[in-house]
Amino acid sequence: MADLLFFVFATVAIGSAIGVVVARNPVGSLMSMVATLAAVAGIFVLLEAHFLAAVQVIVYAGAIMVLFLFVIMLLNLGHDYERDMKGGVWSVMAFATTGGLAGLLVRQLGRSADSPTFLTGDGGDAIDAALAEYGAVGAIARPLFTDYVVPFELVGILLLVAIVGAIVLAKKDV
Amino acid sequence: MITEALFVSALIFVIGTLGVIVRRNVIIMFLCIELQLNAVNLAFVAFSRSVGIEGQLFVFFVMTVAAAEAAVGLAIIISIFRHYESVNVDHFNALKW
Repeated sequence: MADLLFFVFATVAIGSAIGVVVARNPVGSLMSMVATLAAVAGIFVLLEAHFLAAVQVIVYAGAIMVLFLFVIMLLNLGHDYERDMKGGVWSVMAFATTGGLAGLLVRQLGRSADSPTFLTGDGGDAIDAALAEYGAVGAIARPLFTDYVVPFELVGILLLVAIVGAIVLAKKDV
Repeated sequence: MITEALFVSALIFVIGTLGVIVRRNVIIMFLCIELQLNAVNLAFVAFSRSVGIEGQLFVFFVMTVAAAEAAVGLAIIISIFRHYESVNVDHFNALKW
């Protein structure tokens, strides 16, 4: 059952990722992106990352994608069907480069599947134990507020800087 | 399932890279960068099944940085659009105006 669900989510994720690239309309691209994010959230659930799946749907698909949609509407691009793919030598080189990158990644991952260093640790059991003891939120909140509290606070400062920067950049007369 | 998730992540990353290279609409290029970030998140979650909860914590931080980056990047896009009346990167041909 889990394998079947994984296959479905993976197919939807990759298919709509291709949709993001090939859609002519920015809004269509955005909707494909939301589908990708939802499918990846499904894969997160299958990998026992329940809290991250919820955050993915609420923050990524809910907030960030709506921000993109606002900008598309603000710039009035919703009916922009003009082709903007690069053609000719550029696209041939792009496909060659990304094909090479794909080959390299698949080769390296195939090799790492043989070597047991990365993929056979017992971290999954530790996560399952933490999930059973503290619940989906507590399992990730405990290390976040103990061992990783300094990065957490730094990320808060980063968000503040981003808010101020976005307002300064988007304002007409500063 | 870890290896399969890593392969899916690699494919999504490559598709995002292709999108950044071949599209000229700056908003779609930006969306493709988000696609790449999301592919990396998927790889982190897959590795967390082997190395522990730290993989999921990194995804948390990546999402926050992605949100900050989207806010600032879209503000820059709006600012550039006011000047050039276009979102096509080929029209952005001056470093100074």
